[in-house]
Amino acid sequence: MFVNHSEQEILRPAKGWFIIFSLMVALLLNLLSLQGIVLTLRPDFVALVLLYWSINQPQQIGMSAAFGMGLLMDVGNSSMLGQHALAYSVMIFLALLMYQRLRIFGLLEQAPQIGLILLAAQFITLLTELLNRTHFPGWYFFLASITGMLLWPLISFLLKMPHDPKHDPNVL
Amino acid sequence: MVMETTPQFFKRGPSSLTRLVFFVLLSLILMAVDTHFKYLHEIRQTIAVVIYPVQKLAFVTTTIYDLVTEFSVSRNLADENARLKQQHLFDSGQLQQLLALRAENEHLRKLLKTTLRNKNKAIMAEIVSVPRDPFNRKIMLDKGIQSGIQTGQVVVDDLGVVGQITRTYPWLSEVTLVTDKNHSVPVQVVRNGLRSIASGTGKYRTLELRYMANNIDIQNGDLLVTSGIDGVYPSGLPVALVSKIKRNNAAHAFAHITCTPIAGVDRNKQVLILSLQLPSSENPTKSIDIQPNDKRRGEIGVR
Repeated sequence: MFVNHSEQEILRPAKGWFIIFSLMVALLLNLLSLQGIVLTLRPDFVALVLLYWSINQPQQIGMSAAFGMGLLMDVGNSSMLGQHALAYSVMIFLALLMYQRLRIFGLLEQAPQIGLILLAAQFITLLTELLNRTHFPGWYFFLASITGMLLWPLISFLLKMPHDPKHDPNVL
Repeated sequence: MVMETTPQFFKRGPSSLTRLVFFVLLSLILMAVDTHFKYLHEIRQTIAVVIYPVQKLAFVTTTIYDLVTEFSVSRNLADENARLKQQHLFDSGQLQQLLALRAENEHLRKLLKTTLRNKNKAIMAEIVSVPRDPFNRKIMLDKGIQSGIQTGQVVVDDLGVVGQITRTYPWLSEVTLVTDKNHSVPVQVVRNGLRSIASGTGKYRTLELRYMANNIDIQNGDLLVTSGIDGVYPSGLPVALVSKIKRNNAAHAFAHITCTPIAGVDRNKQVLILSLQLPSSENPTKSIDIQPNDKRRGEIGVR
């Protein structure tokens, strides 16, 4: 347990441009025009990347960044301005409450907790929509959180690579 | 670099709970203002310009993906080509008739001294994105203010009405589909000319006709076309087919009529944006003139 923790501490701080780049790629993935089952199963990539950075670099990505990304998503998705911003801010608040504990776990053990945080964010989106008198879309709506949870180990592995001492690009 | 990211013990910003409360309040205010007033237009435009490169890149990616998949299934290409040629022949035959009919119609209308029906100009656009959550019945098209698109224009595909332009950005425009819960189209039943309003429900491929009497003459499979009396939709465009009628006799005063839209945004990527020069542009001044009369009539009615 302690070993894992100290290993995480050794990580070199991520470059600012890499964080911005990863967020933009996530936004791109979210804005891809998909159809059918893929659309239903698509996780919220922006939420996943925001969660990764807020857990691993809480000094750089916090609630303000989440709010800003939420506004970008709102316009890109043509939903109510502030809807994603609200969901992302609350989500990052939950992540910041738990980040010290989350870092102790390995990527696979983190996944269920990330799934819960994603569910909470989706629940907030659903609540705002229901208050706006939209019908309940059906339980399949929450499948996106489950795929997000399953993708978490992969996404955090990819985001960790550039600033992991074990994968030093200079060594190559 | 390392010094910057180490936690600072003494100099700290507001606590995370304070930040949360601030951001939650801010987003709630934004949502309330955005749904009930139209003050946030400029903010939306600015953000739209910022994310346009990402949207464009996403669009290019899907286009390339489509091209590749199309290329890999090129075995069907010959079949498709033959089918399209046949379709083209059929269409051009009908088009010739249409031209003759249009000329005749114009001539007859001139004789009758009624307003001429307007010729529609159409701009082809491609669907850039469909929303990623099930609440939103909106799509984005790749033509915007720069191509002369205005809000209120009608969007159709090869089969029928898709929706209406509700927001325009410099290079993109947002279409509210007919199934959106805030959208209604005035329609007419082709079989008997019955007029009604088809309202969106927000559910996937579902429209409904509200406030129709239980004994109304409507059948399953009836075709609904735009009636054109709103001055937004040109008349005669197919909208939906009646799919389910529930006449609850005692419990409700109105029949529950569900329809399925004919056009589908999940089938093809191209749509047409119709631009109309409406003859009803003089209507607002007319209605202002009429207002005092209306008021008097209202007062009489109250008495």
